[in-house]
Amino acid sequence: MTFFTMKEIIETSERKGAKISDVALEMESKETGLSADEIMKKMAYNYEIMKNSVSQGISKIIPSISGLTGGEGYRLWQNVKNGLSGETILKASSRAMAVSNVNASMGRIVASPTAGSCGIIPSVLITVGEKLGKSDNDIVKALITTAVVGKIIAYNATLAGAEGGCQAECGSASAMAAAAAVELAGGTPSQSGHAVAIALKGIMGLICDPVAGLVEVPCIKRNAFGAAQAILAADMAMAGIESVIPVDEVIKAMGEVGHALPVELKETAMGGIAASETGKNLEKKLMREDM
Amino acid sequence: MNIFDIIGPVMIGPSSSHTAGAARLGKLARNIFGEEFFQADIILYNSFAKTGKGHGTDKAIVAGILGMEPDDENIKKAIEISREFGIEVNFSFEDLKREVHPNTARIKLYGKENTMTISGCSLGGGRVMIQDIDGFKTEFTGEFNTIISIQRDKPGIVAYVASYLAQSNINIAQMKLSRKSKGDMALMIIETDEIPPKSVKRDLESHEGIYKIVVATV
Repeated sequence: MTFFTMKEIIETSERKGAKISDVALEMESKETGLSADEIMKKMAYNYEIMKNSVSQGISKIIPSISGLTGGEGYRLWQNVKNGLSGETILKASSRAMAVSNVNASMGRIVASPTAGSCGIIPSVLITVGEKLGKSDNDIVKALITTAVVGKIIAYNATLAGAEGGCQAECGSASAMAAAAAVELAGGTPSQSGHAVAIALKGIMGLICDPVAGLVEVPCIKRNAFGAAQAILAADMAMAGIESVIPVDEVIKAMGEVGHALPVELKETAMGGIAASETGKNLEKKLMREDM
Repeated sequence: MNIFDIIGPVMIGPSSSHTAGAARLGKLARNIFGEEFFQADIILYNSFAKTGKGHGTDKAIVAGILGMEPDDENIKKAIEISREFGIEVNFSFEDLKREVHPNTARIKLYGKENTMTISGCSLGGGRVMIQDIDGFKTEFTGEFNTIISIQRDKPGIVAYVASYLAQSNINIAQMKLSRKSKGDMALMIIETDEIPPKSVKRDLESHEGIYKIVVATV
């Protein structure tokens, strides 16, 4: 059966005493006809690509195709030991920007769920997995959890910036990562649900305002915030903090906020910082001026 | 939708619509033409024209017509690679505002004897739609195996093709027919579940009312 709500998958998991990833894997296997092993293998391939993009982006400055950005992940990584935010948050945030830097340089990434938000899930899972000494297999399973949460958000709201703003891309990625971080840390399915709700609420209303329409400014830094927030949301949920509003209602609200946002604030580069004086000047410089 | 639509696809950044989708459009154009070519004239419209440079749309389309997939790390170098192959690539840019989808490209490929002009758009998430082949309006995504037939608009041809496919145990998923005018040339797009056999081109082209068959498999 397909799970259309977080409530359904959380209740099924808890009734079976299973993880969300176990239930999701079983469901996916039934729906696609692929065995659980085959699904895990396919996801392990995606995980390899994620790991490569992280290590590329933190080991050197990679300029974007437009020249507008580059090296954000690398620079923050240099400050992991001395920064104010603490090692876990700093590592995750550096890695998130590292993947976004690779994306902006025409490198190979995994859309997760989109290219614009591709840094958040890899960075959170790799960082949390590393801190907890988890195996690659555990992290691949956690990716299954992120995917099923993403699927439920896609059914009930949207994952596209053009439809729902940045909250739909980076917000969803952050929520998906938060659920998986809880699972990796040994939290319950219900705590994963609260982490999704808390992360989505933290980023609700965030607009999509890319300067010159490119996936760079402010997207790369927003990937860092999405990653940091996912970890904080997971910690809150595991401390027993609950979302007053049930997670499925939060997801629906995010979708409705997305619909209510004016088109200027949904990937059209007509509002927000894209419409700032400097944003417009950069746009003129980067776009074909005769258009 | 399966979980790999959410965590995936693996692609070359930065944009699923402007990079991955552009590469898929190029690859589909290559498959539809199905012949060797030495020149490609590419027109980018609207958002593809305006923001295409920063998104590598030009490189991605060229990569696609060279046969690269959207996750090929050589996409970045596609224009240099096309030169190595001796393929001349010309770009132009147009703003048609609302007349076409924001992310539209028109690709004209020049082979030894034939040329073909293919227009399509990138719908988002890497999905694309071919909208025009040599002036025939069409709508197909390339997500299925596709048989394209350029034929005379006269009775019996659709039935002939359909019965040929039935005999080959090929199930038709979707089908669309368009023509320029009554009795003139027509274009038929057939999307199939199974991969059509290699012989389909030769067999169907032997019918006097069918001028050209193109098979683009997934």
